[in-house]
Parts: sequence; C-alpha cells; structure tokens
Amino acid sequence: MSARRIFARPARFAAIAPYIWMLLFFLVPFGFVLKISLSQTAIAQPPYEPVFDLTAGWTAIRAAFAALGIDNFKLLSSDDLYVFAYLRSLTVAVTATALLLLIGYPIAYGMARLPKRRQAVAMVLVIVPFWTSFLIRIYAWINILQHDGLLNRILLALHLVSEPVVWLSTDTAMYIGIVYSYLPFMILPLYATLAKMEPALEEAASDLGAPPWQVFWLVTFPLSLPGVGAGVLLCFIPIVGEFVIPDLLAGSNSLMIGQTLWLEFFTNKDWPVASAAAIILLVVLLLPLLLYERLQRRQLEER
Amino acid sequence: MTDELPRTDTAANAAGDAHPAAGEPLLRIEGVAKTFGTFRAVDGVSLDIKAGEFFALLGPSGCGKTTLLRMLAGFEAPDEGRILLGGKDIAQALPHQRPINMMFQNYALFPHLSVRDNIAFGLKRAGMARADIATRVAEMVALVKLDGLEKRKPDQLSGGQRQRVALARALARRPQLLLLDEPLAALDKKLRENTQGELMELQRRLGMTFIIVTHDQEEAMTMADRIGVMNAGKLAQVAGPRELYEAPRSRWIAQFVGDVNLFDAESKLRDGHRLVIGTRDAGTLVVAEPRQPVGESRFSVAIRPEKVKLSRRGPASEAGHETAINRLDGVIADICYLGGTTTYKVKLDAGGVVQASVANSARLDVDAYSLNQQIVAWFSPDDCVVLPS
Repeated sequence: MSARRIFARPARFAAIAPYIWMLLFFLVPFGFVLKISLSQTAIAQPPYEPVFDLTAGWTAIRAAFAALGIDNFKLLSSDDLYVFAYLRSLTVAVTATALLLLIGYPIAYGMARLPKRRQAVAMVLVIVPFWTSFLIRIYAWINILQHDGLLNRILLALHLVSEPVVWLSTDTAMYIGIVYSYLPFMILPLYATLAKMEPALEEAASDLGAPPWQVFWLVTFPLSLPGVGAGVLLCFIPIVGEFVIPDLLAGSNSLMIGQTLWLEFFTNKDWPVASAAAIILLVVLLLPLLLYERLQRRQLEER
Repeated sequence: MTDELPRTDTAANAAGDAHPAAGEPLLRIEGVAKTFGTFRAVDGVSLDIKAGEFFALLGPSGCGKTTLLRMLAGFEAPDEGRILLGGKDIAQALPHQRPINMMFQNYALFPHLSVRDNIAFGLKRAGMARADIATRVAEMVALVKLDGLEKRKPDQLSGGQRQRVALARALARRPQLLLLDEPLAALDKKLRENTQGELMELQRRLGMTFIIVTHDQEEAMTMADRIGVMNAGKLAQVAGPRELYEAPRSRWIAQFVGDVNLFDAESKLRDGHRLVIGTRDAGTLVVAEPRQPVGESRFSVAIRPEKVKLSRRGPASEAGHETAINRLDGVIADICYLGGTTTYKVKLDAGGVVQASVANSARLDVDAYSLNQQIVAWFSPDDCVVLPS
C-alpha cells in the first residue's frame, strides 16, 4: 500500500470535518429555529404549533407545512419596538466598536513597540482578566459605579464633583462595561498585525521625508488594516447581540435586540417571535461579514 | 535622456541646501560614538567623505558599520561627536529632515503601494508638483529598467526587480548622499555581480556620493573608491582597495581582507635596506624594510598566497645577488581546485604551512603538482609585509 493511500482517508476527513461541524451545530439548529419562526404561538408544550410528528403520516406533515407562515416576520417589521431595538443594537455596537478601536489601537501599537520580552508580559496583562468569570467582573463594575462606589468616592475626594454622579443604569455605564469586556478582542488582532510589521518600513517612510504623523497614516495604519478588520468584526458582531452587559449596567427604558429576544422567549413565552427576531439578527450580522470577506478576497486577488 | 540628469538637485529635498565649500568634504564625521546599554557599538569614529565618492564601510557583523550608517540616516542619534553635512551639524536632525536617502537591506518597499507609488513616495512628501512627480518617476523607472512594471505591487516582483525599485525610490529625491545597507546581500551571485557594475555606472553618471555598508570584501573592493574597515566599533584603516590589500595596517586587516600567510617573528637583523627575520614556522625570511619602522614590539611577516610561487627545484639561485629570494622547502599537503586558480597548502620542513594560489593558465596542465610531492615555495622580499601583531 502506498504512503499516499494511508494518508488519503484521514486527510479527506480533515478536509470535510469543518463542514460536518457546521452542519451539526449550525445548520441543523438553524433549521429548527427557522421552522419555529414560521410557526404560531400556542398554549402548549412546546409553546408553538404546528409540531411535526413524523409518525402521523404524510398528510399530517403536509398539513403542518401548510400551516407555516411569515406572520411573525411581518409583526417584527411593523412593530416599532423591534425596529428600535435593532437600531439601538446597531448604534450601540457601532459606537462601542469605534471606542474600542480608539482605545485599543494605541495600546496595541505601544505593545508592539516594546522590547520582545516585555511584549510577552504585556500580552499576559491583556489576557489575565479572562481568568475571572465575566459575570463577576461586570458585578465588580456595578460595585465601582454605584452611588457610593469607588468612582464617586474618588471624584468626591478630588473635588471634581460636589455630589455623587449617577452612573449605574446609564448608557455611559453600559459603554464602560462593553469597552472593558471586549478590549482584549480588539487589542490582540491589532497587536498581531502591528508586531509582525517590519520596522524598516516606518524608517523608510521617514527616510523619504515623512514626518511621524504621515509615517503613521501612510504606512503603519494602512498596513494594519487586516488587524483592524479582524478586531472590529470580533467586537462588533457579539456586541450587536449583547444581552448581559446592557441588562446589568444600562437603564431599562430602551432595550437592545438581545434583551428583547430574551423577553420574548422567557417572559412572553413567544418562541416563534423570538426565533424570527433571532433570524433577522443573523441576517443583519451576515452583511458586515460578507463585506469583510469580499474585501479580503479582493486583496488576495490583487496579489 | 538619462545621460543628462542633473548631478544633484536639491529641489526635492526640504532641507537640502547644504553645499560644501570648495575643498571641504561633503560629509565629515567627527569622534562619533554610540553605546547600547554597556555595548559600545561605535567607538569614536572620524571620517571625511568627499562629494562624488563611492565609499564602502567594510567589517564583520557586529563591528558597528550598520550603526554608523543608521546614525548618518538619522535612525540613531550619536552619544558623542558631530556629523557635518556640507558644514552643517545634522547629528540630532530627524531622518525626514535630512537630504540623505537610504536603500535598506531588505529593501523595505511599501507592500500596499505599487512600484510607481513607492518611487513617488518621497517626491510627494517633498511637495513636488504632480506633473513633475510623474516625469521624475518615469525617469527613475527608465533609469533602473523597470518599464512596464509600474503598476505591480512589490510582492509581484522578483528579488532583482525589488532591488531596483528600492534603488529608484532612494534615488528619486536626488539625495546629496545615498546610503546603501548591504544592498546586494539578497541577490544570487551572478545577479549580484551584474548589479555591482550597474551601481558603479549609475553612481558615476549621477555624480552622487554613495556610502555602502557590506561585509563582503570582494564587493567593497570591486565598487568602492575608498574602503573603511571597521572592527569593534573603530575604523581600523581607511584606504583604497589596492592599498588595503597590499599594505594592510594590521594583522587583523590582512586576515579580514583576502587570504594571507602569517609567520610570527622571533628575531630580526638589519641588512642594508632589508630585514632578516627569524621565524619559528618558516625559518629565516628576508623582507623589504617596512615604511613604518618596527620597534621592539612583536610582529609578523605576511605574504599573500598568489605571491607565493611553487616549483620543483626552486628558482635559479644567484648567490650573493641583491634580489635574494625566500626559499621554503616542503611537501604538498592539500590541493584545492577552484577553476581559475588552484590553492596548494605546502607543509614546510621548518614546521609551518604556507598557502600558494596558482593561476591555472593552461587547460591541460601536465605540470600540476600532486599530493605529497617535494616542492619549493618561494617569494620575493618586496612582496612581504611586516605587521605588528
């Protein structure tokens, strides 16, 4: 038996493994959610109908298919509540991602310029917060931001404010929480691209007469765009669907789509509407992904 | 059209109004030193470079030649000393303020810009008019023979083409001084030899001043008008290629630049304008009196391998004649055929080994020596150099 034959099988399996994974853990559940989103809510267990019963025979299944409809999607598009929730989610995600980029870029740039040994230390410092549970860290922020919390006490002690500021249940608190939680996801891809950039490129730019700010805008930043793209996507997509941080830190007067979804699912027990909301969210998130993918492919083709 | 390029044109250089007065060097390096931590990378280097000169900084890796070059470009600031360009001290000026451009070792081409935009980068920074930039870029593209590749990105080019883009980009601003950091190290041998010739031709035609850093002594000898050999942060010798090879100032330089046979001296006797030197490994040698008188310090006799002749019986001896000749008896211990030349190692009866490089002047050499053959190695006293150890 040739060596080629021995390796052929596992290699072929390795090639299709991601597709099997996608099928089992994404497409099949997605099929369920899609089906529920096309169903009607009912006071039953599970709380929607029709329910497929494969033992009921062909006619029953055909009847069940006929009962599916897009009413839930119509409801979502006609009710301001949901439209606003989507818009708010996108606004929050765009704002937070912009803040993350503004804060994360200088940190990543600074890290990449450290001596090699210090870079490893800085890297650990960025990752260390992950060793504590995410929920505990958000609760810690509640503690810091509350009426007599650390932040207000410091501000009072420094005489920067005359009375405690209301932080909790505001958008500011929510943005603090989101930026804090997602910062490593912005820093790490940026750091990875900046660290592998040849320092001679920046030197060449300054040698050719570019003052420092031009060196940054004409060379460093354009060359770090792949890292910017990865960081922005890694933050933007989960922030759009974020549920915990806005629920714990923001006020309750305007909800993000993640919170709305949770309400529909657990409080209203309206699984079909919740499923439809989830599907629309997925479609909304697919757009930036496809855009990024196309940009990357164009870059590859240019080479 | 390229033949009529102005010599140096400072329009493109914002800070380019430094012109040396007549008789003054273009670049004067005065007692420059640079320390990294406790390591003294450059240790008090002084050097003058004339306008239009092709100067090579030669040395082993870690000798400080690259650090010195980086101080000229402005990437490092010297801890001590002055760097005068046309009489103006630029030691503390930032890289973008200097009328000096550099060609980087791995070219450092901007990967996101096309060949054209790479070449135009420096011109745009100088605020040149669009039309002038287009003309200058076209001129540069023609100069380095890159026609038709203007729209390519660096990673769509071969190594040799990238090297040309780097050169064009560095030349585009018509700098007063062009620094080249191991510009040919990444090319294969044939391409490197061709490119050496092209660089020399270009430098002559543009009348620019080039400073090249290299660890390749052949490259330095081929291209440069003068060579500065660096060792451990210091300039060991500054000389033309021939002087450097034929009259090295120290044992270290003789060994670094080319191959050399060295014999430690144990005694010396003056005989007219000759020195008769007793060595442990090669018996008694007669050498011409050195220009620098040898004091009581230890010294060696150096002879280049190509100046050592071999023969079966030795030259017809003219006893008592003035052109006394050094004759060393021995056997062939090793033969290394190199194509154009063959290197023989001769084990001397006196104990040492002498290397002789013989030109293979005939295709069918029936007279070639064979291993273990008895032989006489001989050389003239004038070909020996006396060096302090």
